[in-house]
Amino acid sequence: MADIAIAPRRAKTEIREASAWDQLKHNRNWLGFWFMVPALAFLIFFLAYPLGLGIWLSFTDTRIGRVGHFVGSENYEWLWDDAIFWLSVFNTLLYTFIASAIKFGIGLYLALLLNENMPFKAMLRALVLIPFIVPTVLSALAFWWIFDSQFSIISWSLKQMGLITENINFLGDTTWARICVIFANIWRGVPFVAITLLAGLQTVQPSLYEAATLDGASRWQMFRFITYPLLTPIIAVVMTFSVLFTFTDFQLIWAMTRGGPVNATHLMATLSYQRAIIAGQLGEGAAISSAMIPFLLAAIMVSWFGLQRRKWQQGENND
Amino acid sequence: MTDLPTSRIDLKAVLHSSAPTIAKDDHSEGMSYLQSVPRRLVTLYLPLSIIVIVLLFPFYWMGLTAIKPDEQLLDLDKYNPFWTWNPTFKHFYKLLFESHYPMWLWNTMYVAVCATILSIIASVLAAYAIVRLRYKGANMVGGLIFLAYLVPPSILFIPLATVVFQYGLFDSPMALILTYPTILIPFSTWLLMGYFKTIPFELEECALIDGASRWQILIKIVLPLAIPGLISAFIFCFTLCWNEFIYALTFLQSTSNKTVPVAIVNEFVDGDIYRWGSLMAGALAGSLPLVILYAFFVEHYVSAMTGAVKE
Repeated sequence: MADIAIAPRRAKTEIREASAWDQLKHNRNWLGFWFMVPALAFLIFFLAYPLGLGIWLSFTDTRIGRVGHFVGSENYEWLWDDAIFWLSVFNTLLYTFIASAIKFGIGLYLALLLNENMPFKAMLRALVLIPFIVPTVLSALAFWWIFDSQFSIISWSLKQMGLITENINFLGDTTWARICVIFANIWRGVPFVAITLLAGLQTVQPSLYEAATLDGASRWQMFRFITYPLLTPIIAVVMTFSVLFTFTDFQLIWAMTRGGPVNATHLMATLSYQRAIIAGQLGEGAAISSAMIPFLLAAIMVSWFGLQRRKWQQGENND
Repeated sequence: MTDLPTSRIDLKAVLHSSAPTIAKDDHSEGMSYLQSVPRRLVTLYLPLSIIVIVLLFPFYWMGLTAIKPDEQLLDLDKYNPFWTWNPTFKHFYKLLFESHYPMWLWNTMYVAVCATILSIIASVLAAYAIVRLRYKGANMVGGLIFLAYLVPPSILFIPLATVVFQYGLFDSPMALILTYPTILIPFSTWLLMGYFKTIPFELEECALIDGASRWQILIKIVLPLAIPGLISAFIFCFTLCWNEFIYALTFLQSTSNKTVPVAIVNEFVDGDIYRWGSLMAGALAGSLPLVILYAFFVEHYVSAMTGAVKE
């Protein structure tokens, strides 16, 4: 009996030194490392390693089912003289530039409209975002049907109105095909730009507009000197994302035109898929997709400076 | 008008209101009395309705095509193409009972759920470590993860195809389950970092003093408080998975393994002139699960979208 009474007291006196294991258990770096392992494993094995491998592949003549050998810059020299590759670069730049510019214009306009007070506002805002949620390929199929050469509803409507006499060959004519894919891209991208800019607009204080009204500012001046400057940081980020995803677009083109007619809508991504997977020339395809990297780096730089500027506007500590 | 200037975006406000003012019954507030009704009609309602109609028309057209009988689809002169009086479910019947569509739907769901759960687990751990453990180099790792978000699938699919082949994952759902997290982890880590930062540090300090381990803190304190963030991340990741195309197109070969977007583009597009009905029915059925999910979680969805941008 006495032993039982003494035992707890003895245990209390025995405060042991923290062992190496105890120290390790509470070491931030050690713990942090183990917390990071799952995410880093995915990102290293399936992102960083393939990124490096892709650059290496672009210097080899690998084909599907055959190990390649180092061939130096042969793939790039081959592409340099390849008119289709340059056409795809031109298409990609045209597509990115026009689609992003219009997406920004309409997106900002839509955001300003949605920021007004009106009935059914919440529902309208929810409806506007739907094109962004529906899988791109599936909405691209809808556009494919809308732009059908024989049964296009647009051709039919224009004919009924007496504006045209023949069906427009939307996806068969090079110029029309470009317009159509750019339109579909804008249609899908506008909701994203509009809703994110709307979120930015709501941080602008209404009192600023009231002050400006008292000073006799016009609506344009209010936009130019209040809304736009306050929105610049979020515009920089949104547009970087928009440019990045437009530049590397694949699925919309693949579902609507597969690069046709006469390669007029081939983007670098679709061309690399065609060369690498369909034709089996992995090395050449990898060279095409590696050629996109400089453009992506440029976009990332823009994003970086956009974020820097944002920090500067909000003061040192924006956590 | 008494609100202090804040940089945080009020997510409910994004959907439900515009400016923090008191709403009146006629929806006029703030300075809106300065605008007359005709002026609002031209500068606001007209452009807004045009944009909304253009944004929603493809869905109307998709739905209408899916329920129109074949002869009405191709005869634009006899029938008014904008409406149908005798809808048919033939296309949906064909889709559900005479094709592999249910299997594709199941594949898509299976891949999306598995990849999302994997990514969320990895992201929760990573985000917590970056924000709260603040180990040496945490900021740099955070920046690198942001950079990973900017690496698009279209420059990775060629080398990934060889990697997938080497690991023996080609033409199996595992190929997608393991590669999708590369798209999802950077995004959801950034999103969750934002949420974890808003949880008071004092709560964790209390728990530490009470002898809780970091693991217990994460499970019992941080995660229950970050549930809105987790829902946002989950829904957005799920949508991204469902939407993903190029990896699924490259890594899967057999018809029975395909996901909905790839299967519709590859298997339904044949020379048949009457394919449009079932094609649109397939597109509609493939979009519906996401639209329903979206309808229930609009706010979370918007918060995920704007959250990833603002961080």
